[in-house]
Amino acid sequence: MSEYYLNPGLAIPRAQADGLDKAYWDGLAEDKLIIQRCLSCKGWQWGPEWLCHRCHSFDLGYEEIESTGVIYSHERVWHPIHPALKDQGPYVVVLVEFPQADYVRVVGNLLGDPLQPLEIGAKVKGVFEHHTDTDPVYTLLQWQLA
Amino acid sequence: MSNNRTLRGKSVVAGVAETTYYKRGESPDAEFKLALKAILGACENAGISPKEIDGFSSYSNDRSDPSRIAAALGIHDLRFASMQWGGGGGGASGALANAASAISTGMAECVVVFRALAQGQFGRFGQGRQSKFTSGEPAHTSPFGLMSPAQMFAMKVNRFMHDHGVKQEALRAISLAAYHHAQNNPRAVMHGRPLDAEKYDNSRWIVEPFHLYDCCQENDGAAAMILVPAERAKDFDHPPCYVLSALSGSHYRAGAPVHNTPDYGTSTFKTVAPRLYDMAQVKPSDVDVLQSYENFTGGVLMSVVEHGLCAPDECNEFFTLENLTSSSGKLPLNTSGGNLAECYMHGLGLNVEGVRQVWGESTNQIKDVNVSMVTSGPMVTPVSSCIFGSEATL
Ligand SMILES: [Zn+2]
Repeated sequence: MSEYYLNPGLAIPRAQADGLDKAYWDGLAEDKLIIQRCLSCKGWQWGPEWLCHRCHSFDLGYEEIESTGVIYSHERVWHPIHPALKDQGPYVVVLVEFPQADYVRVVGNLLGDPLQPLEIGAKVKGVFEHHTDTDPVYTLLQWQLA
Repeated sequence: MSNNRTLRGKSVVAGVAETTYYKRGESPDAEFKLALKAILGACENAGISPKEIDGFSSYSNDRSDPSRIAAALGIHDLRFASMQWGGGGGGASGALANAASAISTGMAECVVVFRALAQGQFGRFGQGRQSKFTSGEPAHTSPFGLMSPAQMFAMKVNRFMHDHGVKQEALRAISLAAYHHAQNNPRAVMHGRPLDAEKYDNSRWIVEPFHLYDCCQENDGAAAMILVPAERAKDFDHPPCYVLSALSGSHYRAGAPVHNTPDYGTSTFKTVAPRLYDMAQVKPSDVDVLQSYENFTGGVLMSVVEHGLCAPDECNEFFTLENLTSSSGKLPLNTSGGNLAECYMHGLGLNVEGVRQVWGESTNQIKDVNVSMVTSGPMVTPVSSCIFGSEATL
């Protein structure tokens, strides 16, 4: 059994070359959830962009938020697309929103029984899944029911 | 005072055609040859010389370059070459809108809208990224096993179904209707392969709420449609089929990365549909027949709702096989078999069928069709829709 939620062999995520999401990936490595916040209007924004969509400021910072959220939507995947998941069996992907940060959302897996009932609105807390056996190493933010 | 800034009634469909439709990878012809065959077929259907074509319009980064086609056809005066941005089939009616714009503004006189696909030649849709690394937006989704269109869109559909109490049977009815219609359509890849409720229920999950039969096929082939100015409406053997309206668009931050559009559980048509009806000067209740792009049945369901044809909380009563399959039903839907059961020609086959319904030439002809609507590519951005009308609608 793998210590990770999904079987190994999926593509390794890396910060994009222009640096736009580097703070996010660096934060995960230190067990921190860091997302974009406009330094001008203080609005939260995700996925990352060069411009604040509210006030059009280019002065965007990155700030830590608590890694707790609410399931906004979910899906149970049965048909493996990637060869690495051929023997995976069903798995659950959740879209988690953050009321504490203007309801921006991230994608993750819901840990636990893949056949568990799924409930929109359920509270979840983050689990930092450190992949230490790849080159380079990386961290994913996963979720479990709070 | 008349509004000149409209496409309404300014162009007419001269001819349509499709190649033989194949399962993915089974076309004996190269993709470019398929495009040429469909275009020549549409010319023959219109009764015009291919040398009359002076414009090309396509979408989804079609690989058949219009300059190469113009050279192949020996066209003397190329006036219009347009590519509608956006992935998936969201651009099918948008490409039609661009063609109609060129006709309506006098930029061109005879524009062909086309789409050609040979996935065997060029690789498949719906496959996961299999490179060693991932970055940018996919890095925020694919490490969690969210990488295919079905997986991207099931998340939206689950939210919509939750918000409005939609049951699986509503999705099933959409699939059954498509297969039902395909049994009368010899062009359909699923002709002779009927589907019933039991077979649907027993089919494997792809990703909940999509069973296998909720997902579009993968096919090879090509389709084409020729538009000319409305003044030529009586020059052809077909009864006139006018473009009443065609346009594209999407709502506020529909393209916000990593599933962050605020209004998420949507087919993306909420802002498009009102403009569509405004331009066409028809109401939802005027629509006689609908072709609605099925990437997945859930997208059809939301498209129908967002085009005002069914209240969001009445889906379970509305989406029944009876309502979707006959002239007496509430909304005859996907009467060629659509992307699910005729062919996944990236949705342009739906526009072709929408025209045939106005012409009275469908293999599942609905009685007295005057207003025939097509919705293209739900859940992507931009999406697009169009409305065709008979002479009586002008
Ligand atoms: Zn701002």
